[in-house]
Amino acid sequence: MRLSGWGRFPIAECNVLCPRTEADLIAALAQVPSLATTIAPAIARGMGRAYGDSALNTHAIVSMTAFAHMLSFDAHSGVLVAESGVTLADVISVFLPRGWFVSVTPGTKFVTLGGAIAADVHGKNHHKDGSFGGFVEWIDIVGRDGVVRRCARTENADLFEWTLGGMGLTGVILRCAIRLRRVESGWLRQRSIPAPNLAAAMSAFEDNTQSTYSVAWIDCLAKGANLGRSIVLLGEHALADELDVARRPAPFVTPRRRMRAMPFDAPGFALNQWSVRAFNALYWWKGSRGARQTLVDWDSYFYPLDSIHQWNRIYGKRGFAQFQCVLPLAASRAGLEELLSVISASGQGSFLAVLKRMGPQDSRFSFPMEGYTLALDFPAHPKALALMERLDAITLAHGGRFYLAKDSRLSRATFEASDPRVADFRAMRSERGLDQTFSSIQSERLGL
Amino acid sequence: MGLAIAHRFAKEGFDVQLAARRPDELERAKADLEVRYAVAVTLHAFDALDFHAHESFMASLPKLPYVAVCVVGLLGDQRANETDLEAAVGVMRANYEGPATILGVIANFFEARGSGTIIGVSSVAGDRGRATNYVYGSAKAGFTAFLSGLRNRLAKTGVHVMTVKPGFVATRMTEGMNLPPALTATPEAVAERIFGGYQKGANVIYTKPVWRLVMAVIVSIPEGVFKKLKI
Ligand SMILES: Cc1cc2nc3c(=O)[nH]c(=O)nc-3n(C[C@H](O)[C@H](O)[C@H](O)COP(=O)(O)OP(=O)(O)OC[C@H]3O[C@@H](n4cnc5c(N)ncnc54)[C@H](O)[C@@H]3O)c2cc1C
Ligand SMILES: NC(=O)c1ccc[n+]([C@@H]2O[C@H](COP(=O)([O-])OP(=O)(O)OC[C@H]3O[C@@H](n4cnc5c(N)ncnc54)[C@H](OP(=O)(O)O)[C@@H]3O)[C@@H](O)[C@H]2O)c1
Repeated sequence: MRLSGWGRFPIAECNVLCPRTEADLIAALAQVPSLATTIAPAIARGMGRAYGDSALNTHAIVSMTAFAHMLSFDAHSGVLVAESGVTLADVISVFLPRGWFVSVTPGTKFVTLGGAIAADVHGKNHHKDGSFGGFVEWIDIVGRDGVVRRCARTENADLFEWTLGGMGLTGVILRCAIRLRRVESGWLRQRSIPAPNLAAAMSAFEDNTQSTYSVAWIDCLAKGANLGRSIVLLGEHALADELDVARRPAPFVTPRRRMRAMPFDAPGFALNQWSVRAFNALYWWKGSRGARQTLVDWDSYFYPLDSIHQWNRIYGKRGFAQFQCVLPLAASRAGLEELLSVISASGQGSFLAVLKRMGPQDSRFSFPMEGYTLALDFPAHPKALALMERLDAITLAHGGRFYLAKDSRLSRATFEASDPRVADFRAMRSERGLDQTFSSIQSERLGL
Repeated sequence: MGLAIAHRFAKEGFDVQLAARRPDELERAKADLEVRYAVAVTLHAFDALDFHAHESFMASLPKLPYVAVCVVGLLGDQRANETDLEAAVGVMRANYEGPATILGVIANFFEARGSGTIIGVSSVAGDRGRATNYVYGSAKAGFTAFLSGLRNRLAKTGVHVMTVKPGFVATRMTEGMNLPPALTATPEAVAERIFGGYQKGANVIYTKPVWRLVMAVIVSIPEGVFKKLKI
């Protein structure tokens, strides 16, 4: 079966297993066709929302979509026990009406709990609440030996820590317990701060660290004095009594969003720099003129792109690649300036460019660190890929690192140079024999 | 498909009794229904072919249900059925004898109470026998006729009978088959149609609806022509 990540680049012919029960899964893991005397390594796959090749493997992909059962919920502590194939969309649809929301969410709700743990995803509240892993109480993970191991901070702690951000390379996550957050409504109070340049955007972040959510849309084509101009968006879950009187009786009811579809592959030229320019200009205009404080429903607030079904087709057939790095706080200003200058000079600014302040995080292999993260998409053509290599070099020079969930093209040397933890991760994998049993096309490319 | 239907009714607040041969395999489905919809779910060991036990099975339920849905069925392998009579009889029994006997018993319980809805999942395959699946299809045809007669018998008793004729559905039964997307429904879509039909008191529904048309055409082809076709 031909598969890819969300970026539709690269595409690989994969052998996909779809076990329905735990026994099937264990049997499937044990039976994957053997290559000579060793078994061919496998990799788990959730919703395939990682952009690149994290969930690709030609020998054996274990699709976790049948593991979508919720197992228990403690309405006192907000702890949900569920199988790893349950999606955040599912969790929200069941628990928001009861006053609970996911504690950390990426920019799409169509990800599984397993994928969120494996990539240790971050959201707009990272500066305040940290990553997804902070809300995971325990994980049940199964290896090729068929043994299911419960791991937590107090039990098999090593495996627990390596699995958060371990990109599926420590085994298959079967079940987990996650803590939800209490909310009083399905609405968010959003405040937008237009920032004429990078310095203004960064001070908007620094001045608002108390805000639960913060993120900026950044105009990657602005140059010179306007370099880094953006709209910084702050958000808080609205309290019930902050809603219009008419909405108060049903605070969790929000308008159903109309789904739009991308019915065909947009030709590559649809995304030339002019359309990107127009898009960014519009956004800028809206942000600087629009009301400063508005109430936005949760779906539009957290998942603006989810209402466009298969929006990844906008980049056309050849697909796209995302660049996402994080720079340490002290080097952020200089590093971002250099990154943005190179991007704007190239005129290859992307449709989506997001800037976000991250809070401190200490973890074995997760992406986040205290500083600023920048994420933007490029069509997967040679010119853009060459530009991305220049961005890699700038990131390295400023002590930054890269997000595996977005990557499809980093070189092994760059990745190694970016992160001293790589050696530890490799050592852990070989010590446990995981290098023989679990791998993705990405892990093979990066030598993990 | 059975679980998708259970989800759709549970979403509406119905408590659920799941009956299957290996009820322990349904533990996580039970938990899932309970967590998602805050309804009560019980599991019951049940074999549709063990008809001597049907009455005691019904009597043993903690509560006589308002709605009974039967999804029991077995596709089997047509080529094997042509020579292996054991296999053929298995298909005939799983699609006709089992479903018909249990729904017949349930009908008596519902009739005694004077209310209830019986939903039998048959198949478009029962509308006309075709070379590729006539053992399965003929058993489904029998079941369809049984449901029609049962509906007729119970019409004045307050008990309603609905026949469901799915076309292709992407389930375990059809896993690995190459089904035409335009004619293939998801189990969730089938469940939605069934729930809609239940609310409206429909007699016979097709899922997807386009199958009603497809089957009307297939049924209207004269036998002399039909026997030479490969469909
Ligand atoms: C529009 C969009 C916006 C995004 N925004 C953000 C964001 O704001 N922040 C952020 O952090 N990420 C973001 N992402 C990335 C996304 O959150 C991650 O890639 C996430 O891992 C995807 O989950 P998935 O279920 O689709 O996993 P997949 O893409 O299927 O897999 C991703 C990785 O998880 C592993 N995995 C999946 N399931 C299991 C399992 N059961 N056991 C073990 N390993 C498993 C896979 O092996 C693979 O390495 C975004 C992605 C998109 C498409
Ligand atoms: N999928 C399609 O394309 C399609 C199309 C038209 C009609 N249908 C009909 O839809 C119904 C549901 O099928 P499905 O697609 O959901 O496939 P399925 O998963 O194979 O469901 C059939 C169910 O019948 C049960 N069953 C078989 N014999 C039984 C017995 N003696 N006692 C108790 N249970 C028994 C099976 O239980 P176990 O789990 O114990 O095996 C299984 O759960 C079937 O009647 C099928 O014929 C399906």
